[in-house]
Amino acid sequence: MRIKLTVNGRQFDRHVPADMMLLDFLREQGFVSVKRGCETSNCGLCTVWVDEHPVLSCTYPAARAEGKRVTTIEGVTPEAEEFGRFLAARGAEQCGFCSPGLVMTVLAMRRELRNPDEQQVRAYLAGNLCRCSGYTSQLAAVMSFLKGGDR
Amino acid sequence: MYTIKTYLMAQTLEEAYSALQKNKSNVILGGCGWLKMTRKRFWTGIDLSGLGLDRIEQRDGWLEIGAMVTLRQLETDPALRGLFGGILPRSVERIVGVQFRSCATVGGSVWMRAGFSDLLTALSVLDTEVELYHAGRMPLEAFFALPRNREARDILTGIRIRLDGRDAACCSMRNTATDFPVVGAAVSRCGPGWSVAVGARPMRAVRVPEAEAALAAGDLQAASRAVEALGYAGNLRGSADYRRKVAQVLVRRAAEEILHREGKQ
Repeated sequence: MRIKLTVNGRQFDRHVPADMMLLDFLREQGFVSVKRGCETSNCGLCTVWVDEHPVLSCTYPAARAEGKRVTTIEGVTPEAEEFGRFLAARGAEQCGFCSPGLVMTVLAMRRELRNPDEQQVRAYLAGNLCRCSGYTSQLAAVMSFLKGGDR
Repeated sequence: MYTIKTYLMAQTLEEAYSALQKNKSNVILGGCGWLKMTRKRFWTGIDLSGLGLDRIEQRDGWLEIGAMVTLRQLETDPALRGLFGGILPRSVERIVGVQFRSCATVGGSVWMRAGFSDLLTALSVLDTEVELYHAGRMPLEAFFALPRNREARDILTGIRIRLDGRDAACCSMRNTATDFPVVGAAVSRCGPGWSVAVGARPMRAVRVPEAEAALAAGDLQAASRAVEALGYAGNLRGSADYRRKVAQVLVRRAAEEILHREGKQ
């Protein structure tokens, strides 16, 4: 079937299989930051924004994105790089596989929550799993990024 | 992962309904989180997301929630925080993560009638009605009782909850933060009447009339015993006996939360 949508501000008009998920569509169009982790709708690695809302692209049918605005990390590079520096400064960046999904969720959270406390941040990020870090250094990096503090 | 041959973004409910009748392997797509875990082969996937079923409205003494409202909408809608003790946002806030809840829909959750559903446990203690396109409106319990084969060809368009001013509370026990509940409980009070439901036993949420009568008589101990007498089963998350013990604690906590709020007023 044919779908029209924008990805990172660019128009796409493509024929896609009826059962294609947004994740596979995005990767096929070259947005390979979008990663498949668990394939059970649990890990958050495949997080992208649809109309600014973070969703699991592994679970979101590509056809449902008709007429929507999709954003991947490639569309928010300067901000993602800025947060990346906070992660690196805290040693929170390890294998890096889960990072694109985490970054997209953190940046969505920054738009959605005003001055969240640590509990709110934990709750917002609970759907992003990381098998390396243990989360403590990640959380420190996120809190300092949100406060715009020292790297 | 399921397969679908054709995708229908329905323009009207009638179009969606007649497409559903055409072929036994046509399916209504909710949030797709569960569907994609299956290897089912569908002919047409019918998408309801273009039909304006994504609204939460208060009308004529009812709270109306469309089938395509996401769990994340339930969680973040400002009005819902102030209704029924905030039980609707509370019931969903620990389900997987923000991204998952932005996909999963109220319609899909109710239609599945899953044992682990935190939302169904909460809805069980509210005056909830389910609206089906063909069969019309019915109380939640009547929907539960429908034979699966007969109504399998209908479309759940939304739910509505009577705005009767009741206070309600729910809680669940989870092995890890975002996992399924090991067991869950919900309690509500409307005037002198109490409602109690226990979910994730791991079977579907049920009301506990003996516990409701005990709470109405102010007897928390007897309510606990009634919850103990329910049927439970074991699975990889916990044994039947473990659930039995925890459920009693959860029902007591939820009841005490309501009593505590009343005491404050």
